[in-house]
Amino acid sequence: MYVYMGHMKFKHTQPYENWFWDKNDITLKKGFVKKIDASQKTLIFSDGEQLTFDKLIIATGSKPNKFGWPGQDLKGVVSLYHKQDLDAIETHAPNNTVCKRAVIVGGGLIGIELAEMFHSRHIPVTFLVRENSYWSGILPSGESEMINNEIRKNGIDLRLASNLKQINSNADGTVKSIVITETGEEIECNVVGLTAGVSPNIGFLENSSIETNRGILVDRNLQTNIKDIYAIGDCAEQRTAVEGRRPIEAVWYTGRIMGETVAQTICKKETLYAPGHWFNSAKFFDIEYQTYGWVNSEQHMKPNEAHFHWMHPDQTKCLTLAFNKTSQAFLGINTFGIRMRHEIFNRWLDQKKPIDYVLEHLEIAHFDPEFCKTYYHQVIEKYNTENNRNLQLKKKSWTQIFSLKS
Amino acid sequence: MKLIRTLGLGLLLAVFALFMSLLFMGQYKLTSATFEDFTTQNNITSEVFIKDLKNSSVDKEFSTPFYLANSIAKAVESANTYHKKNKEWAKVIWIKPHSLAYQLVKSSGTGIVVQNKLKFWFLSFGLAILGALLFMLPAINLKGPPGIKNNHIFHSSATNRGWIAWFVFAFLILFYLVLYFRPSYMINWIYTVDPISESLSGNPASQWFLYGFLYCVIMSTMAVRMYIKYRHNNYQILRTTSVLFFQIVFAFLIPEILVRFEKPWYDFKNAFPLDYDFFFRWNLNELLENGGFGLFILVWGVLLTLVVVPVMVYFFGKRWYCSWVCGCGGLAETLGDPYRQLSSKSLFSWKVERWLVHGVLVFAMLMTGLTLYGYFSETYEVLGIKVQTIQDIYGFLIGSIFAGVIGTGFYPIFGNRVWCRFGCPLAAYMGVIQRFKSRFRITTNGGQCISCGNCSTYCEQGIDVRAYAQKGENIVRASCVGCGVCSAVCPRGVLKLENGPEEGRIGSSAVLLGNEMNLIDQLHDK
Repeated sequence: MYVYMGHMKFKHTQPYENWFWDKNDITLKKGFVKKIDASQKTLIFSDGEQLTFDKLIIATGSKPNKFGWPGQDLKGVVSLYHKQDLDAIETHAPNNTVCKRAVIVGGGLIGIELAEMFHSRHIPVTFLVRENSYWSGILPSGESEMINNEIRKNGIDLRLASNLKQINSNADGTVKSIVITETGEEIECNVVGLTAGVSPNIGFLENSSIETNRGILVDRNLQTNIKDIYAIGDCAEQRTAVEGRRPIEAVWYTGRIMGETVAQTICKKETLYAPGHWFNSAKFFDIEYQTYGWVNSEQHMKPNEAHFHWMHPDQTKCLTLAFNKTSQAFLGINTFGIRMRHEIFNRWLDQKKPIDYVLEHLEIAHFDPEFCKTYYHQVIEKYNTENNRNLQLKKKSWTQIFSLKS
Repeated sequence: MKLIRTLGLGLLLAVFALFMSLLFMGQYKLTSATFEDFTTQNNITSEVFIKDLKNSSVDKEFSTPFYLANSIAKAVESANTYHKKNKEWAKVIWIKPHSLAYQLVKSSGTGIVVQNKLKFWFLSFGLAILGALLFMLPAINLKGPPGIKNNHIFHSSATNRGWIAWFVFAFLILFYLVLYFRPSYMINWIYTVDPISESLSGNPASQWFLYGFLYCVIMSTMAVRMYIKYRHNNYQILRTTSVLFFQIVFAFLIPEILVRFEKPWYDFKNAFPLDYDFFFRWNLNELLENGGFGLFILVWGVLLTLVVVPVMVYFFGKRWYCSWVCGCGGLAETLGDPYRQLSSKSLFSWKVERWLVHGVLVFAMLMTGLTLYGYFSETYEVLGIKVQTIQDIYGFLIGSIFAGVIGTGFYPIFGNRVWCRFGCPLAAYMGVIQRFKSRFRITTNGGQCISCGNCSTYCEQGIDVRAYAQKGENIVRASCVGCGVCSAVCPRGVLKLENGPEEGRIGSSAVLLGNEMNLIDQLHDK
């Protein structure tokens, strides 16, 4: 994303300099694994070459979903996953003369990134979202609505409740237009971005003895049904989901945590995968988003879950706190345009702090740069008015913040 | 909006062309009256020099300053060679050839610029400011709502080492070389700021006044760009205002006004060892001869370095100086901001940085030690080394070449903090304190880092911020100047500059990596 937009060069995205791998005795082997022979502990490559292993960690990630749309493999149909996708996007959408319009299918986090990318090159974008509002399966309605506005404010042609019917082709096999299922409308475009989620990339395991479902099935120590073969990241599926989480989690940090966990295990310190409290973050054009704990959208709200919602009048900042109606325990927070301290919320979730406590101490969890304005007085005022309470905002004190450490 | 931007750029380029052509304008005539005044005033008794110049230059008219300046400098050199050979020490001219040339050329100009100083000031400085503002202001509208808009930085020739960058690089280097070593070549530029200098200090402008004025103008104009770019971030706005204030008031106005009241020229915020000649004999003498006020400056200068700097670094990190007060930092953060992404993040550069910057600090300390020893024991030679020679080498290599020519000239190619990162002895001194005894750190927000690389890319000091952030580890580095841009460009709210207790400063309060694992602890465990 940032390479296409000119914020960075490709080398800036590489987490280590190229000498790092050699220095740490890590060999990079390029090739396609065609088959895994688990009994012989051998990998078989597409060119016939073989490689034996003592321990194998499968981290093949995922691949973008394609739902059998007519025309889904035309020239100019792109996804946003790896370097090859970046190159394809650069080829098909270098500017707004070659690409007069791009259509994006799938209203999630990758879809909106792709929209921002095309927008940076002044390419008109039509954004098809299946739900009635952007990411409304995840976000409560107020927040989802705010992001709808942010998308439109950036000149994106946002089409809610719209599905892709088909992609039409030019004679040379390039994209000509798309058709929307609901309205039958045909939209001319040169590029179609498919961003309707991802699925585990495990096709090469067909007919192997490694047990799979949607992903590669693993235990809590990330081992597959076969000893010494592990799977981590987007391609792994927990046999029993970790509490509050889905069996397959295509999130960046779970991949990292699984990597760290399995590293412990293969270094003879058996460790169980324990990702802790849910958290996530994203950026929607200019609006940053963070979440700690669980704040569910209306359609997925738990029976006892209640929300308190505050929005800044300028509609670029808001927060939602979820709590248990009966026990008053704090369940989670979503913030937009406001940065929050992960460590503090993790502690509050651990300690099952009541919602009142969390509201009174919001200032302590603030993570925006120094001198930035805070809005917690307005937040607490709204809560007091709505609930006929008289909570007082506690001022920030460093001893409290760092009490964890001492 | 786009039209205004294009107009601004056009105006800027036109003014640049005019500014360059100014160098070649005017008439220069060194009259015999001026020349005689000068030789008497400066006690120049070399008949070789006087005769040589009278033959070649005096009372002759030149259409550029270059020929006149060169023949004066040449005359000084050949006269000195002659006298030194004959051991006529009293006749040797000790003023440096091109400084002497500058002084004579300055009083020889008669052309159009000299007669219309204010008009030419407006045509150059005035219109340049206007053009720059017209070019920059539309960004408010064109670049969309407030927020980080780094689009196409690496697609632009100006900010990704393209031909524009190389052109600016060459121009800046030439500018600094002329400023330090051939000031008479830019005599017409200096004429245009004479009226301003006279109104402040009562004296006509020198090349240093031109430089100071230009510095303030460029910083102010580019600060407008900063205000637009970071209008959503109060930390950036406040620190830009602060560096601007210290540059204009402390580095420019106060020293000039001090001169008007016959006090020594002094910049109260310029701390030793960045202010490397503070303990030089001539400076100490000047301060001591100036009575109570001179003594006050002397005491302040010592306190600033020994007490104020370390105490402030302990509480706030070196950013209080580098990003809030310092003039070099101020230029880097305004004029240099478009180039911050060009600093090298490689481990190799970090190694070079540590050797160089601490090497300069050691050099500065040795030089000052020799200077003070020489001063108190009233000798000009220590251990058989002329103190003056060491000072000259430092002044030339570090003061002029490193801080000026390389420090600013390299902006468009190696990033905007080349001097601050590789050369500044004050930064090295504060860095040591910041690394080992300070409450400042950049906090990493638990496990939120996605390793995107924006922080490292936009770190002007070449710190690989991501390397720490993706491990959930706070960033505590000697070189961090606390500009706050890593935090600003982070798309996930991972980084925050803050001051706090020393306990747990580096380590991971932030072990929210899920498994309650701490990679650093594990390293220690082994």
